[in-house]
Amino acid sequence: MSAPEIDRTLQRLAHEIVEKSGGTKSLALIGIVRRGVPLAKRIAQAMRGIDGVDVPVGVLDITLYRDDLSKVAPQAVLRSSDIPFGVDNMDLVLIDDVLYTGRTIRAAMNGLFDLGRPKRVSLCVLVDRGHREMPIEARYIGRKVQTSDTEIIEVRLKEIDKEERVVLVDRME
Amino acid sequence: MSYNFRDLLALEPLNADELGFLLDQSKPFQEIQKHPLKKLATLRGKTVALAFFETSTRTRISFGAAASRLGADSMNLQAEASSLKKGETLLDTVFNLNAMKPDCLVMRHAASGATDYVARHLDIPVVNAGDGTHEHPSQGLLDALTIRDRLGTIKNLNVTILGDILHSRVARSNIHLLGKFGCKFTLCGPAMWVPRELEKIAPGTAIRCVYRIEEALEGADVIMMLRVQTERLNDPPFSANDYVLLYQLNAARLRRASSKAIVLHPGPMNRGIEITPEVADGPQSCVLEQVTNGVAVRMAILYLLISGATETDTHPALEVKRKESANASD
Repeated sequence: MSAPEIDRTLQRLAHEIVEKSGGTKSLALIGIVRRGVPLAKRIAQAMRGIDGVDVPVGVLDITLYRDDLSKVAPQAVLRSSDIPFGVDNMDLVLIDDVLYTGRTIRAAMNGLFDLGRPKRVSLCVLVDRGHREMPIEARYIGRKVQTSDTEIIEVRLKEIDKEERVVLVDRME
Repeated sequence: MSYNFRDLLALEPLNADELGFLLDQSKPFQEIQKHPLKKLATLRGKTVALAFFETSTRTRISFGAAASRLGADSMNLQAEASSLKKGETLLDTVFNLNAMKPDCLVMRHAASGATDYVARHLDIPVVNAGDGTHEHPSQGLLDALTIRDRLGTIKNLNVTILGDILHSRVARSNIHLLGKFGCKFTLCGPAMWVPRELEKIAPGTAIRCVYRIEEALEGADVIMMLRVQTERLNDPPFSANDYVLLYQLNAARLRRASSKAIVLHPGPMNRGIEITPEVADGPQSCVLEQVTNGVAVRMAILYLLISGATETDTHPALEVKRKESANASD
């Protein structure tokens, strides 16, 4: 995916979320650290163009809620979560770059429920690459990609990586 | 960036990057203290052994709360009730605790260096919760976190420490941490507790000893109080009344410090001895924030050490070797 494609996809996702949620009232976006965060901000920006309303955006770091303590990286660096609004009775949309096993989303939901009881939680991802290990599906999907286990989806965003593209690459052993 | 801490025994050997990392890692846990549901499952199934060979209330409860909020269980050993009274050696007690398979040992002991000694004989992470007059690293970290939250920085501050500095592990941990960020220290108290030798305990850090509280407070950004151990007064002859007269922090004296200066106290406070209630409960006092931050700092420590140890791929053969070399070095 090129930069303009990513942009168009996010515009469409913003429209879909507003449409299916019946407006932006009680809607809030939660970006999952790290690349879900700039995506959430961009979708919120796009929604401003649709409804003229500022949809609140929260940041959620799921490291502490993972089920694979330190198997990923020794002493993984924790980043701050920042959800500056109450989640009770809110219509929350979790935003992440890639949906893979579903474990990240399971962890994110645990994190959210520590903050209160949202009315509804749905999921929006830029890329769904399959290979689920949990009964979790995204309601809003940018693009579905068939992948094999040896491949990885590399999402590069200008806010974090200083470049903008989504590519499918072979896992380096 | 990532670091590998095996134990947390002292702040003196850590550099500014490592100390900054520990403080940054405490931030997510500060946020969790504000959640309606404060319990995580991150360390579910892990056990933290709390061995307090010297009495403690606050630190022990704080480590216990930190463990339980991370989802870990804790085992508690208290000095009065322990078999130490029955003549068991320190190592035997610790080996027995370790045989119950905890994932981490948090230990306090009246002898300086006791925690280091125990850590050399164990292959689980060990956290020093205060050893004699040596260090109290989690207190140093929580103090720095409190200062950073209130003043926005821990760099290049004027820090005044008041009280019994000679016997204070809190003062030492604070000097070793804040000194690496360019803070300058003024130590003040009765001469018997503030010997000039203290000026040399942290090479590279500016430390001066003064004996008039008015002079010590001039221009201070941070004032750290230490508990006056009343049992230590009277020996040599220096009465509690003398202490109040000469060294008590009261509102009038506090006005000599910077107008934004903050007051810290590791507790327990002797109201009316080292500090007046007016100052202890005043807007410049951070004593309760220190306690709240203590749980966050200790969660960060337990999380880092236990998740780090879980990662290490210990082969049984390697473990035996490590044990042997540890024994050989004694």
